[in-house]
Order: sequence, then structure tokens, then C-alpha cells
Amino acid sequence: MISLNNVHKSYITGSNSLHVLKGIDLEIKSGEFVSIMGSSGSGKSTLLNILGILDNYDEGSYYLNGSLVKDMSEKKAAKLRNELVGFVFQSFNLISFKNALENVALPLYYQGVNRKKRNKIAEEYLDKVGLLDWATHLPSEMSGGQKQRVAIARSLISQPKIIFADEPTGALDTSTSYEVMDILKEINDDGITVILVTHEHDIASMTQKIVRLKDGRIDEIIKNGDLKNFQHRYAKELETA
Amino acid sequence: MFDLDLWKEILSALKKNRMRSFMTAFGVFWGIFMLIIMSGAGRALENGVMDGIKAFASNSAFFWTERTSVPYKGFQRGRRWNYKNTDIEYIKANISDIEYLSPRLFGPSSGGGDNVIRGKKTGAFNIYGDYPEFFKIDPWTPLQGRLINTIDIQHSRKVVNIGERVVEVMFDKDEDPIGQYLKINGVYFQVVGVVKGETRVNIGNGRKNETIIMPFTTMQKTYNMGDDVHFFSVTSQPGVPVSKVESRLKELMKERHSVAPDDQQAVGSFNIEVEWKKYMGLFTGIQILTWIVGIGTLLAGVIGVSNIMLVIIKERTQEIGIQRAIGATPGKVILHIVAESVFLTVLAGYLGLALGVGLLELLNMALEMNAGSGDDIFFRRPEISFQMAVGALSVLVVSGIFAGLIPARRAVSIKPIDALRDE
Repeated sequence: MISLNNVHKSYITGSNSLHVLKGIDLEIKSGEFVSIMGSSGSGKSTLLNILGILDNYDEGSYYLNGSLVKDMSEKKAAKLRNELVGFVFQSFNLISFKNALENVALPLYYQGVNRKKRNKIAEEYLDKVGLLDWATHLPSEMSGGQKQRVAIARSLISQPKIIFADEPTGALDTSTSYEVMDILKEINDDGITVILVTHEHDIASMTQKIVRLKDGRIDEIIKNGDLKNFQHRYAKELETA
Repeated sequence: MFDLDLWKEILSALKKNRMRSFMTAFGVFWGIFMLIIMSGAGRALENGVMDGIKAFASNSAFFWTERTSVPYKGFQRGRRWNYKNTDIEYIKANISDIEYLSPRLFGPSSGGGDNVIRGKKTGAFNIYGDYPEFFKIDPWTPLQGRLINTIDIQHSRKVVNIGERVVEVMFDKDEDPIGQYLKINGVYFQVVGVVKGETRVNIGNGRKNETIIMPFTTMQKTYNMGDDVHFFSVTSQPGVPVSKVESRLKELMKERHSVAPDDQQAVGSFNIEVEWKKYMGLFTGIQILTWIVGIGTLLAGVIGVSNIMLVIIKERTQEIGIQRAIGATPGKVILHIVAESVFLTVLAGYLGLALGVGLLELLNMALEMNAGSGDDIFFRRPEISFQMAVGALSVLVVSGIFAGLIPARRAVSIKPIDALRDE
């Protein structure tokens, strides 16, 4: 599904160059539930943006669903984003002047689905995240958890193969975070690959695979079976800190 | 290719951002509104003046005699002289470029004391002896009765056409002047027509509605004027400049009446064509000015729209980022913004157009009501041409496209993630 080979990325600001990703090799198979962790500045968000074709990379190669993603025309990239991937953001990124239903239906609008049909599908997905009663509410009238659930419904409506979530629980309290994670887990159970970025260990521990980034390189990859071990070591790290 | 969904999206985006939609629209509205009002006013001024002169033959010239200023053929300078009846045929025979030639006599003691009497009423009016050809050069309309005609000339009938003011002064209200008699300089004349000049151009003295016109031959015989002719009105054949006729006629008359060829004073003349050209130049000037200022105003409106669109795009960068993250192609984003901008400019432009035209229409109604008979206003029928309206609207559409396109292209040229991060 996803294959990264020696991917480099630098940000150039004026005369300074900031080398963020220093050769990432990563394989993610279809149906995996992966979290990317790391301290701030480790490049985890950058990596996710490259995976989601929201950003480009300088060196190496990235294959998404078998096709090389490099120097892609924006039109093609938009099509890929629309059909293959869904995004969930920390700040929800709902369009403020559209109500919940319209926000959820928007990806289908870009696919050219007519209004009646896409609103009907959007209702289904809103129902899935338990917010059908809130269909006509504007984002400003909803809580953070509700907004994130609308955003998840929006990311799902185009029936993507991969969901990218950038700190999906970053702006939520613990219990709401767990609700959101439950929904993501359900999505994963339906066979959709979920890749999320987080710096919270409890959130990461709910995934099957944790990719730890450190200074732009992959520090370690922890598989499902090792999670206990990981939690143990995390506790030790806390003690020493 | 009507995309209902696209329009629903655009309308909901505009409706939900009322303030900025309104501000954008207002700039354009104001631009086109001012353009309409201004060009309407320019046109009204032109109409007002042109109405007063347009019926007048623009290819006409007028001749009279002055005292000579150069001694010639034994005559001393300062000699008084007149055209003669025989000159009429002579001029017609020698200048083929003449379309109409109308000799005129000025009545005795016009401009002096009261020269017209009827019962106990008296008045001072301007009295002319004319040929019917005169009405071809300076058109008059009979309000009642008829104009002086060729038979009147042949029989030297003692009949007159009188202006409206003459009727007011010499007759009681509700009295029918037709068939009544006026005593003009001691001789009775029958009124056969009440006439009104179609133009404000006045050849002669005083006001046009204080005029009394009688047949040329009648005046010449009745007041012992011999075979004198005081004045010629001439029009040239279509396509021939009247100035050519003017100089030729002057030459002929000088030769025939023993006036020195280099006498600049003896033959007085006035050429309407020259005046006409001055007017035309003036109105061309006004039109050019209207266009310059109008285009300037429109341009200011367009720059305003571009400016506001730029602000809107900046404000909406994040929204555009979101749209792109969930699969909007750059083409679609640009289409949306341009369609929004065109929709706004055209709607606002149309409103400005409609309101401007409506205001002009109201103004027109008010003017016409105040004008009454419509004699003395120099501001009439403020209006704009259909071409101008369509032209202005197309300028708006094109500028609406550009106003949307430029910031939209900028918005999609940055990476989606940068647009998303833009706060």
C-alpha cells in the first residue's frame, strides 16, 4: 500500500536549510493501523503530509498503491487525494460556513456526485459517527469531539483506502479522545488503513504498529506484540525523566 | 453548460459571507452607477442644445448688406446699397450649388415703438417679409391655420403668420386669431396662421415668438420698398460645403453692385455650418470627457473588486487548503472563485445599470414636467445608449474574470499543506 524508500525532505527558509527527514524507509501494508510518534520537530507531521500528498519530498521514492508519487501534477494529486485517502486534522478543518451535512458531503461534490445523492450518503456517514441529529448545525455550534467526528465522516465518505490523521486527538480531552480512537479502530476493522500522528503514548498504544521518529530518522518500529514491552519502557523513561 | 450544483455552492458561499459579498458588489455598483449618471447628463446637455438647433438647416448661410468700406468705380466709401429683386434669379442662374434661396425684407420701424394695433391692444413686434422657402431653412410649424405659401407671394396677399406671443398680446384669451385682422404700420392684414419656430436659432431680432411673417411681395409693395431685398438665406446642395456657396455669392454680388472685390465689410454674412461644427466639436469633447472619466470610474471599481478579491482569497486560503485536501482540483477551485467574482460583478453591475437608468428616467420625467412647452431648457432626455450599457457590462464581466482569476491562481499555486497551515 505504502512504500517509502530513502525519502529526504528539507525546508529552506532564506539561506537556512532545515533537514527534516533524513532518509526514511517504510513499508505499510493494506489494512494496518499505524501510529507515527516522535518528539516535536522529529518530522512526524512532515512525514504524514508527504504520505498524504499534501507536501512534496526532495529525494528518494514514494509509492502509493503501486504508483510513484513524485512531481505529480496538482490535478492528479487532487484526484488521488479525493479517491484514495481521507484526512483528519487536529484542528478539524471544517468549512465554517457549511453545516455538518454539507461538510461531510463536500468530497463527493468534487467527485461530481449530484446534490441529492451526496446528501443522502452524507446522512448515512453522519449516522455512522452518531451525529445525524446535528446535520444542520454549523461547526461553531458543536463541541470538539463532535467536530472531529464530522471530520472523520467527511474523510470516510469518498470510501478511501487510507485515512491520515494528524494528531486527531490533540485538541480533545481524554474521554473524547478514546471515543474518536474507537471510531478509528472501527474504520480499521472495516479494512481501511489508518495512519495517525500522535505524541500521546496511550493513543499510540491503541494502534497495531508504532513508528518512532527521532531527528528525521526512524528510531524503531514496534509491532503489536511488543506493545506491552513498549509501555513498560515508556514508564521507565518517565521515571528517569 | 449549466451546472446547478456549482451555482448552489456559489450562492451559499456568497450568502454566508454577506459583508464581504456586499463590499465587493458595492464598488462595482458605484462605478457603473456613476458612469451611467454622468454619461446620461452629458447626453442630456447635448440633447437640450441639439433639440434647439437640429431642425435648422446646418448647411445654411445668410447675407445682408453694410456700407462699403473701399471706394470703387467712382463711388466713395461709406455708400449704402441693397440687393435687388433681379439678384434672386441672377444668383440662382449662376450658382448651381444652391438648394434653397430665400430673400427677406425687414418690416419698417421694427424694434421701435408699437407697430401693431388691434382695437385697444397694441404691441411692438418684429415683422418680416419672406418666401415659403424660408420654412425649409428655418422650420416653423403652424399651430393653427397655415403657413405663408407661393400663392400668397404671387397675389401679394395681405396675410400674416404670427408667433404665440403676438397672439397673447393682441388677442383675448379663448379668442380665435385665425381670420382676424391686425393693423401693422397702418395697413390691415389677415391672420392665416399661428406659427411656432422649431428651433431656438433666431435669424433676425428679438424673440422668435414675437415674430410676424408676411409674404415678401406683399411687404415690398405695401411699404414702398421698390425692388430692394434686405437679406438672403441660402442652403447649399447636399454634399456641398456652404462656405463654397458663401464666397461665390459674395463675389457675384460685389461685382454686380460695384463693390470693390477687396471690400471686407460691404457684404455681411453668417455661416451656420461653421457654428454647427463648433457645436459638434463641443459635444465630441464632452463625449470624450465622459468616456475618459467613465472608464476611469469603472477602472477604479474593477481595481476595488480585485483588491477585495485578493483580501477574500487571503482570508480563504485555509478554506481552499481544506478543499484541496479533500480532493478539489485547482481547476475547480479557480472556477469557483472566478464564478463567484463574475456573478458578483455582473449582478452589482446590472443593479447599478438599472438604478442609474431608473434615476435618469425619473429625472427625465421631472424635467419634462417642469419644462411645460419645453422651450427654454438646455437639459433634456438624459439617457445612455444601449451600446454603452452593453459595453460597460462586458467590461465588468471581463474585469470580474480577471479580478477573480489573478488571486485564485495565486491561491492554488501554493502547496496544499501551506494553505492549510495559513492561519
